[in-house]
Amino acid sequence: MNVELITPEKKVFSGEADRVKMPGSDGVFEVLDRHAPMIAALRKGEVRITAKGNATNFQILGGFAEILNNNVVILAEGVKA
Amino acid sequence: MPGQLKEVRSRIAAVKSTQQITKAMKLVAASKFRRAQDRIIQMRPYSAKLYDMLRNIMSGASDVNIAYGNTRETNHILIIIITSDRGLCGGFNSNVAKLLRNQLENKYKNQYAAGKVTALCIGKKGFEAARKYKNLQLITDYQDLFADLTFEKSMEVSEKVMQDFLDKKYDVVEVLYNFFKNQATQIPTVEQFLPIEKLVAETDGKTSATDFIFQPDQSGIIEELVPKIIKTRFFRFLLDSNASEHSARMMAMENATNNAEELLRDLNIKYNRARQAAITTELTEIVSGAAALQG
Repeated sequence: MNVELITPEKKVFSGEADRVKMPGSDGVFEVLDRHAPMIAALRKGEVRITAKGNATNFQILGGFAEILNNNVVILAEGVKA
Repeated sequence: MPGQLKEVRSRIAAVKSTQQITKAMKLVAASKFRRAQDRIIQMRPYSAKLYDMLRNIMSGASDVNIAYGNTRETNHILIIIITSDRGLCGGFNSNVAKLLRNQLENKYKNQYAAGKVTALCIGKKGFEAARKYKNLQLITDYQDLFADLTFEKSMEVSEKVMQDFLDKKYDVVEVLYNFFKNQATQIPTVEQFLPIEKLVAETDGKTSATDFIFQPDQSGIIEELVPKIIKTRFFRFLLDSNASEHSARMMAMENATNNAEELLRDLNIKYNRARQAAITTELTEIVSGAAALQG
């Protein structure tokens, strides 16, 4: 699946990934390939994008995530690498 | 002849100093433009995605009633006019003024005649254009927003407009601004700000109204997401206009500098000709004077 992590300042991450862990407002959850369409509110916390066993971590300051047609778009208000 | 020489010389000096000013303005606009362009280009994907997300929610959830999406009879109109504070930027401001006239004379003719159209001016030039319409109510509290353009400041305006919309003070809010396409093109645009337009193409797609899973729940997300999106979108209008302004001014000043260059070339030819004519006359006088003495 394709993952994008975008802030108002710039596109932080864009590319293929196997799994994405996100800090949902109700608790941390992880999305795998071909997830059903979903829109989730995110709180402050860690986003972990795993591609072929390599994980990349980002600290986000809250935002939203949309999963549609195997595309994951995370809109974060701010990101610290 | 010497009189004409002097005249041409002073014109050359005048054109040269004008050219210096336009050249300087061009450089200033260019550096401001670069900063403005960075801001808008980096903002755009975020804004576009947020807006896509909103449309997905709105079209997939017809049963959810969002106050910002309510269409009602269009009695009271608010037109937000985004222009610059300063001139000398080509058709930048007059294009928006033209859009305003078009809206008032065609689309909102009746409302305008009844005095139910309000204009919120951001930027002095738009205010100067809107002032001419007698039946137009004006809001000028946010006129100098561009002096220091931040997200917080733009939020003040958008929050007020959104509140007024909810209070039914206005039924439709439109924005007139210059969309920044690229350095050479700015497109004067009318966009409906409120109520939010629904995604039209969604019904003829293969999946009509995707069923989203909402977390925590649909109404909670909508309540959080919608105002944020609307505010982000409003900020984008401002950034667009800002980048457009500087690029328009850059182009205008570039043209002015080139025109001055052309003018200078013509004037120089004229000057040389006048000088040559003066020398020739003088020579003829000396020669004929000498001939008279000898004779």
